[in-house]
Amino acid sequence: MTVVSTTPDAAARTFTIVAELASPPSAVWQLWVDPRRLERWWGPPTWPATFTKHQPEPGGESRYYMTGPEGEKAHGWWRFVALDEPSSLEFEDGFGDAEGNPDAGMPTVTVRVALEEAAGGTRMTITSHFATDEQMHQLVEMGMAEGMSSAVEQMDGLLAPV
Amino acid sequence: MVARQVDPDRVFAALADPTRRDIVTRVLREPASVSTLAAGYAMSFAAVQKHVAVLERAALVTKQRRGREQLVRGEIDTVRAVGRLLDDYEELWRGRIGRMEELLAEDSRKDTP
Repeated sequence: MTVVSTTPDAAARTFTIVAELASPPSAVWQLWVDPRRLERWWGPPTWPATFTKHQPEPGGESRYYMTGPEGEKAHGWWRFVALDEPSSLEFEDGFGDAEGNPDAGMPTVTVRVALEEAAGGTRMTITSHFATDEQMHQLVEMGMAEGMSSAVEQMDGLLAPV
Repeated sequence: MVARQVDPDRVFAALADPTRRDIVTRVLREPASVSTLAAGYAMSFAAVQKHVAVLERAALVTKQRRGREQLVRGEIDTVRAVGRLLDDYEELWRGRIGRMEELLAEDSRKDTP
């Protein structure tokens, strides 16, 4: 596994994942900016993504949908904040409504990607910044993660056949 | 992002309070009336009732009429969905990075005949 570390930071409302890849930053960059490449990894195999619009330039937007096993569609969108080929990009990622337009009522995540050359390959740092406290801050900082997971464990025990 | 049945903002806000977390844990174990619950906390019946209402709006508990009383019961599906949210996010990115790696490996095989 090339994932080096994952770090949730409740105070900063971020989740950071660092990975080391064997190819140079220019190759990794293409996976982000070329929609046909992006489609091959963005959605899980059971929910493949189709990008109908992808404008990797500051202020540029993307539209995509992921198709589920029953043919159901989950729409999403990106809005590019900044790009610096081939070392960094930043975009907002959010839910779309049934027509694929940004759903203002749903939470957005700002994703920052840093690509650094490292020993002939790339060290990729992806930081997701959650827009609302409710999404993450409260979850971890207030100890809910532990509190709730133990509640779930207790429940699992209670639901197990006696 | 894949939409969920659960409204995460509402659920997290509801669970940010320790009393409400405690109530959920209790009624998951055993449904209880608001008055039974209220007896367990150093606060008024009305305050406990208010907490229950917040949990109800977040679909963490439901109320069921039994005789003259209403029993509050925990909604395990909502609790499970919440417990998985962060884990899911990490899994989501691990999956994506794994697929990126495969694509890059495919490329380098093409480059080296």
